[in-house]
Amino acid sequence: MRLGVLFSGGKDSLFACWKAMQHEEVACLITVVSRNPESYMFHTPNIHLAGLQAEAAGLPLVEVETAGEKEAELLDLKRALLEARDRFGIEGVVTGAILSVYQATRVQRLCHELDLWCFNPLWHTDQEAYMEELIGAGFRVIIAGVFSCPFDASWLGREIDRRTLDELRKAAQKYQITLTGEGGEFETFVIDAPFFSRRIAIEEASRVYRNYNGVLRIERAGLVEK
Amino acid sequence: MILVIDLCYREGSLSRDEFVGPVARILREAGASPVVRHYTTVGAPDLEAADGAVLCGTALKDRGFAEHPGRFRWLSAFERPVLGISSGMLALAAAFGGGIEPCPGIGMTDVRVVAPDPLLAGKETFAAYELHECTVQIPDRFIPLAVSDRCVQAIRHRSLPLYGLLFHPEVRNEWIIERFLRLVESA
Repeated sequence: MRLGVLFSGGKDSLFACWKAMQHEEVACLITVVSRNPESYMFHTPNIHLAGLQAEAAGLPLVEVETAGEKEAELLDLKRALLEARDRFGIEGVVTGAILSVYQATRVQRLCHELDLWCFNPLWHTDQEAYMEELIGAGFRVIIAGVFSCPFDASWLGREIDRRTLDELRKAAQKYQITLTGEGGEFETFVIDAPFFSRRIAIEEASRVYRNYNGVLRIERAGLVEK
Repeated sequence: MILVIDLCYREGSLSRDEFVGPVARILREAGASPVVRHYTTVGAPDLEAADGAVLCGTALKDRGFAEHPGRFRWLSAFERPVLGISSGMLALAAAFGGGIEPCPGIGMTDVRVVAPDPLLAGKETFAAYELHECTVQIPDRFIPLAVSDRCVQAIRHRSLPLYGLLFHPEVRNEWIIERFLRLVESA
């Protein structure tokens, strides 16, 4: 089955993509770029680098823009899915949804309307096992945004290795946050994945941070040999 | 042992982690040791060893299981607790002669309990996540346990602990799977 992966550049969508590749054929990545930083569905700080990640993965990218208004952005997602179906013949969609009934419901409804299969391989997964598998499989993931206590500015740009995972685990227990950031506590950016032919090297980045809210904005990045 | 049955379009499919994984995880966290089998590979030794069985759901477009009713014939003689979830409810009802009718539902819905039963006892209403295109026409030997405004949401055999749920209890209603496990343990 030819599939399109809804893709934000973060760990969940790329891990879901990797899972999908083990069972079916991933034909393209699909990105909705929101101009609204408060977007309900598609907010992510470094979405402008989706093309570079797609190149690293050797996959075509379907990219559409949205103004990011609550329900109207679903029409933009529909436009993206239709384009992916027309250009790449996708029969189904893959998402990295873990717990969000809001997001899952909307994508499921769109897939139903367009007669597409819908796959959510991380749905209600064991978050501890997922994070371990992510690291063990060779994904290299950095924290690209923090949006809750206890994350100070030092977390921005940190790679999620086993040491960072230990700290996340402690924070999750103490502050009632999810280990995966699924509750919006932090955002991630993938710089390497098992199916990337080259990895992403960040050449220049800036940090904006205050009051437990911060973003690492990657200004310049390129692909280098692994 | 509790048998968890994968109804997805093929063994080891991309849907398995979505529809079987969460159910098995909840059972493990509640102290059980579930054994997972695809519906095409359930054998007599599995059924003999099982104290109860859960039939998991499938993707909306995944109706392959319904083309193999013979794979579910064992349900009519199993007599131990069964929990059929969404597509699993359809398979359970079909094994007892129940048909299906269109009743699409995607997302959260309000469920109202309409008959007393240990599985849902203590709840009058609750919100549940549904993902289905059809509901069941209730087989003769079953009764409705819960409904939403549009569909029958839960059924049970009149005299056996065989349950069907149209909604997905693994999403926001893990307590139902835990309670089913207690029913299995006390059966």
